[in-house]
Amino acid sequence: MSVPAELRYTAEHEWVAVDGPTATVGITDFAARSLGDVVYVSLPAEGAAVAAEEPCGEVESTKSVSDLYSPVDGEVTDVNVDLEDDPGLVNADPYGAGWMFKVRLRSDAGEDDLPPGLLSPAEYEELTKDSD
Amino acid sequence: MPGSSSNPPNEPNPTDFAGSPRPTPLVAVHQRLGATLTGFAGWLMPLRYRSETAEHLAVRRAAGLFDLSHMGEIVVSGPDAAAALDHALTGQLSAVAPGRARYTMICAEDGGVLDDLVVYRTGEREFLVVANASNTAVVDAELRRRSAGFDARVDDQTAGYALIAIQGPQAAGILAPLTDVDLGGLKYYAGRHGPVAGRPAWLARTGYTGEDGFEIFARPDDAEPVWDALAGAGKAAGLTPAGLAARDTLRLEAGMPLYGNELGPDVTPYDAGLGRVVKLEKPGGFVGSAALAERAEAGPRRVLAGLTLTTRRVPRHGYPVLAGDRTCGTVTSGAPSPSLGMPIAMAYLEPAVTRNRETALAVDIRGRAEPADLTDLPFYRRSRA
Repeated sequence: MSVPAELRYTAEHEWVAVDGPTATVGITDFAARSLGDVVYVSLPAEGAAVAAEEPCGEVESTKSVSDLYSPVDGEVTDVNVDLEDDPGLVNADPYGAGWMFKVRLRSDAGEDDLPPGLLSPAEYEELTKDSD
Repeated sequence: MPGSSSNPPNEPNPTDFAGSPRPTPLVAVHQRLGATLTGFAGWLMPLRYRSETAEHLAVRRAAGLFDLSHMGEIVVSGPDAAAALDHALTGQLSAVAPGRARYTMICAEDGGVLDDLVVYRTGEREFLVVANASNTAVVDAELRRRSAGFDARVDDQTAGYALIAIQGPQAAGILAPLTDVDLGGLKYYAGRHGPVAGRPAWLARTGYTGEDGFEIFARPDDAEPVWDALAGAGKAAGLTPAGLAARDTLRLEAGMPLYGNELGPDVTPYDAGLGRVVKLEKPGGFVGSAALAERAEAGPRRVLAGLTLTTRRVPRHGYPVLAGDRTCGTVTSGAPSPSLGMPIAMAYLEPAVTRNRETALAVDIRGRAEPADLTDLPFYRRSRA
């Protein structure tokens, strides 16, 4: 199972990559493996406001459906339209081509202003190690 | 995220059973193949090896290899074995010739289904009753109770069997070189004693996928050599190990019921559209026959129907089915269908709704009504050569 060192994580198994004012969000390798084949991803609309720890979409797999949570507050600036035709990208490349949406953070926000609930890679690995 | 998903009763749920789930004789094989293992009905089972969709399609197009060693094997033997089963089950097992099999059910006195079974007549005075893993103890206890007064012995031999299935259009071609049994002469729902890969086995042409295929009941110590021989022989033909996730979508496409979803103690065989397994006319009556005769007379209270959806959201166990703004039924099983490329579901509906095909139906998928079309079962039927 892969947990890239440069990302932050949520206890609901999303990852977030922060690059200046933009945060990119997806679900983790652990989540993708647990769900099985992803068949449909419902994403927030571009321009929608999302809030940390609130559901903003859903991920359907063969066996289950799960809410998708935003790890951060902000406005959705982009969604991964490739998932419409090929939701399996989430399984094949969860940290790359399987990304889900991008959020513009509050203009004055920096890395230190991310929600306190986010997990470091080590904390996330600790969270998932017993159930892998 | 995975924690927020729904968990219908048939879903693997390790917390249902105390203690560690029991490994099958093939657990080392699954671990070597990198399977995702899950607790299911008290057993540690392969849920998938890689992609369950790829496994499903491999069974449809080539063949799949399944470990089904969690299934219960109960041997009923003795001079009165056939009479005892006639009394205990809905089917007329005395009419089954040695070497043939029947799909049948064991019902409670009130007609509710305690389990659905495949029963093989392995000899003149011997039957192999295959029960669902979650019901094996109940079936064993009921068969013992119901065979009191008959000269028959009931023996739960689940621990003495590994069960391997090979299913799909290539199954016969892969298996033939590994067995002395003439597969061309082995009909659907027939079985023979015969070696597979040099190991003694009961080899039957049965399955739960909607494809041609075989089930191999072998000794636990022989499970790994038999599996390896099949896997090796099938490699070139595209044989793929397949887990419980693929098994569930395969049986759903084939319109086959799953105990806990379509079948249960509050369901009669008639509700499930399986009245053909109830032999009311067999001599001597059977446990549940009075109640079932009444149900047969009164007509079904609900009808098991097929639904297809145009959305990509998936109907799941327990979701309401709507006719207008009125609930007219409940989804029992649903999944994205790999063969059809759309979500499918089985649902219990009010009989009137299934008679009038003009009624606009929808499935309430977490608060949103998604239009659904009534369709005949099964969703998928294999083409026969």
